[in-house]
Amino acid sequence: MAVNIIAEECKGCTKCVNSCPFEAITMENKKAVIGPACNNCGACVDQCPFGAIKQTEDEKKGVDISEYHGVWVFAEQRNGELMKVAIELLGEGRKLADEIGTELSAVLCGHNVSDLAGELIAYGADKVYLADDPRLASYTTDAYTKVIYQAIMAYKPEIVILGATHIGRDLGPCLAVKCGTGLTADCTKLEIDPTDKKLMQTRPAFGGNLMATIVCPNHRPQMSTVRPGVMEKAAYDKSRQGSVINLKVNISKSDLRTKVLEFVRGIGEVASISDADIIVSGGRGLGGPEGFNLLRELAAKLGGTIGASRAAVDSGWIDHSFQVGQTGTTVKPKLYVACGISGAIQHLAGMQNSDYIVAINKNESAPIFEVADYGIVGDLYKVIPAIIEALDSRAQ
Amino acid sequence: MNIIVCAKQVPDTNEVKIDPVRGTLIREGVPSILNPDDANALEAALQLKDKYPGSTVSVISMGPAQATYMLRECLAMGADEAYLLSARAFGGADTCATSTTLAAGIKKIGKFDIIFAGRQAIDGDTAQVGPQTAQRLGLPIVTYVDKIVEVNDKKAVVHRQLEDGYEVIEVDMPCVLTCVKELNEPRYMTVGGIVSAFEREITVWDNNDVGLAPEECGLKASPTQVLRSFTPAPKGKGEMLSGTIQEMAADLVSKLTAKHVI
Amino acid sequence: MIFSEKHQLIRQLVRGFVEKELTSDILDEVEASGEFPLDIQKKMAKAGFYGIKIPKEYGGQGADNLAYVIMLEEFCRVSPVASLYVNSPNSLSGGPILLSGTPEQIEKYLRPTVNGDIMVAFGLTEPGAGSDAGGMTTTAVKDGDYYVLNGRKSFITMAPLADYTVIYAKTDPKKGTKGISAFIVDMKLPGVSLGKNEHKMGLIGCATSDIVLEDVRVHKDDLLGEENMGFINAMKTLDGGRLGVAAQSIGCAQGCLDESIKYAKERKQFGRRIADFQAISFMIADMATKLAAAKELVYNAAIMKDRNDSNASMYCSMAKYYASEICNEIAAKAVQIHGGYGFMKEYRVERLYRDCRVFTIYEGTSQVQQMVISGALLKK
Repeated sequence: MAVNIIAEECKGCTKCVNSCPFEAITMENKKAVIGPACNNCGACVDQCPFGAIKQTEDEKKGVDISEYHGVWVFAEQRNGELMKVAIELLGEGRKLADEIGTELSAVLCGHNVSDLAGELIAYGADKVYLADDPRLASYTTDAYTKVIYQAIMAYKPEIVILGATHIGRDLGPCLAVKCGTGLTADCTKLEIDPTDKKLMQTRPAFGGNLMATIVCPNHRPQMSTVRPGVMEKAAYDKSRQGSVINLKVNISKSDLRTKVLEFVRGIGEVASISDADIIVSGGRGLGGPEGFNLLRELAAKLGGTIGASRAAVDSGWIDHSFQVGQTGTTVKPKLYVACGISGAIQHLAGMQNSDYIVAINKNESAPIFEVADYGIVGDLYKVIPAIIEALDSRAQ
Repeated sequence: MNIIVCAKQVPDTNEVKIDPVRGTLIREGVPSILNPDDANALEAALQLKDKYPGSTVSVISMGPAQATYMLRECLAMGADEAYLLSARAFGGADTCATSTTLAAGIKKIGKFDIIFAGRQAIDGDTAQVGPQTAQRLGLPIVTYVDKIVEVNDKKAVVHRQLEDGYEVIEVDMPCVLTCVKELNEPRYMTVGGIVSAFEREITVWDNNDVGLAPEECGLKASPTQVLRSFTPAPKGKGEMLSGTIQEMAADLVSKLTAKHVI
Repeated sequence: MIFSEKHQLIRQLVRGFVEKELTSDILDEVEASGEFPLDIQKKMAKAGFYGIKIPKEYGGQGADNLAYVIMLEEFCRVSPVASLYVNSPNSLSGGPILLSGTPEQIEKYLRPTVNGDIMVAFGLTEPGAGSDAGGMTTTAVKDGDYYVLNGRKSFITMAPLADYTVIYAKTDPKKGTKGISAFIVDMKLPGVSLGKNEHKMGLIGCATSDIVLEDVRVHKDDLLGEENMGFINAMKTLDGGRLGVAAQSIGCAQGCLDESIKYAKERKQFGRRIADFQAISFMIADMATKLAAAKELVYNAAIMKDRNDSNASMYCSMAKYYASEICNEIAAKAVQIHGGYGFMKEYRVERLYRDCRVFTIYEGTSQVQQMVISGALLKK
């Protein structure tokens, strides 16, 4: 798709200039001109009161897409344990496969992981492509890319989805280049276009300020990474039947250019915020790193964990692994308590799907109150102790 | 050592706000900055140069002509050379096409022992261009690098950040490393560095200079396309509690209890 | 004023530095202890702030007066006392040496000053000679290869921290201002002692004291410039310094305005943000407009100086005079907008208000600036 200005129609009103998220439009001789920064997002098209901006389809070379069938899910495992996101992907993959009317498969790589194949079937996979080899025991970019690439070439799936984990975000881009196809990162929504059965991938861009729906019309497979915690988990049904297909593992020594010498598990609290049911999160309003002690106290009372906004992380008050938001972790807890967080759009992008949101902020016009179910205007250093007290008296 | 750093000029997404009435992005006054992770990549390169004096640090970027400003920032921090890949043909590139262009630019620079890139850019947050460029150059890649233990002419040993810990990885040289914030603290520019950055030339190459036909770059070489974009609808406004702090706290606790949230 | 990309990038550097290093915790600590952290001083030197307008061949950074103004403005927006540290090597410490130093003196004193390795103070003012520098009584009497200095210099900024001080003294007491010479005096020389640390109203964190000279023998190699030419050196140095104080003034005023706008939007009275009251909003409009005018005056003076315009000196005086007066007015209004909170030390405007008070006083009072300006206009 390309965005073009029809010069004869342009009246020079400059509305499009202000609408462009990429500052790609400039005025020359009172006409809008689209520059090289254009990302063809089309944000300007609707802004033009004169219909002078057109988005057109480009003819592009691709592959014979009719050869590609089936939905694949990368079943990421670590140390023989399936990642939660793999189960979410199976849930979503099942929906997509049913809508297209095709089958759902899981790709499983590892060593001594054949037990997991049954699990994947119980979670909805019709087929499991299994690559079981000592050289696949821990993830390496080169080995996993090669094995899965060969499987894609052999079996030609139309859709491949991966979890947007540190591993998925490493593997996905490499696979996409090898397959000569596109990849859409960190999707929060996947849909099938009812007219042509193509995959429509929606993701936040621009720090969550903009959502973009992306398609991959002429190349296959259509590939996406999907944010953990966004899709619903697949239902487990032990009685489901499916087949396991063993993949040949052709890896030569020269293919392996990276070697994992050691894995060191993180310590303490890092207990991923993406799994927590209750998160008490702090932002710039805490005023300093000590503020998290109070949040920890409340989180402990509620049986939850703590989180943080980017502002708090950038100030060095807390480690990045606690960051909720566009550049941190997307969370969907039962309860999210935002303390001293103004609610920058990039933060909201990471938590607004929480079941219940409580916001505590001094500034009553803070945007966080726009998404909060319950808002309290006040000094968090007074409000939180009062909540702790109320919780204590309820317990008695 | 010949070191290459891939960098991008991005709008500071922290400063972006939404017009509450029209629901559009307010871009006015949003500064363009050196992508934060790329600053960490540049710092890693400069530290390597400090360790191996005589090394050259070259920064390469794809972007519009204004991106020279960001490249001068890189020079002022201590980079030796700056290259800008800029052409109308590069416009509308997805990560796939961007990596093709960057790889062509890096090949044109020629000699390199190691390439640093940021993990991801804050405007797109895809984290794809680094690994894809590595694939196109046929180089091994380590993403999410948060510590560099050792780099010599044969191997590099680095820590790769994972959600629940880190891996210690040994990688063959030459290689591509994508860097995260935790890797280092980017140094300040110096005033003298800024002064001389504006006395130096920035090499600007278009698609012909790096040997790419127009259909091999930008929109035409992008498998993915943006079908539409829209601003996310905010969740509806909830209830503001009132009363004294004690009353509000008690009210909140009883409401959450009633809904079985706590 | 539209800045070049170079000047924008310099502003970006300074703003980023200041926001990251000069946190409110650090600044509170400076205020409480009266001492400015050494590690931050080192970082300031490393980023090139100490030599921003000193030529590269003398170890400086080779930027211009406009860059110098931008740097001081950005520092002063957050911390006027920090701005003294970055200003001094470019101005009162480095200035006299840059103007009159021999190549040996430049190597020995200027280069280490801009590198942050040594500190040099500026010793002109005396208990009985402030604006009237010609009335000084400190004497330097030649004795072989040495000069013997006697006298007292007062209110010398950084004197307790300095390794050297440029001391102005009369080599020919009969000749008034034409009998003054400048000397670089090692603070460790016998006969040099300090008065007590002054308790200042503001700018706390940069010690100030008197310097007492009793039969101090200074070698003739440390005579700065020619004998009896010291007054011109001092006046030219102060001439450059005026631009610095003007820059400090617009920075501090900007800090006051920023705080006032923020507070006016947060603070509620009678059920409304105080920003919604015309009494407050017009005050802010007034502050912002006067500040904008002052900025143009200061930037213009800097550019004229960079172009060696013959009127530059007068415009620097105008800039210092107007900007420092306006800064005090804006700071007072900022405190007023903050109400009772503005009187409390927790609020930034309280400190800015005290810090900027001296801007209309030091390096030539407003009245001296009026003398310079009117003199320039009427002498023709």
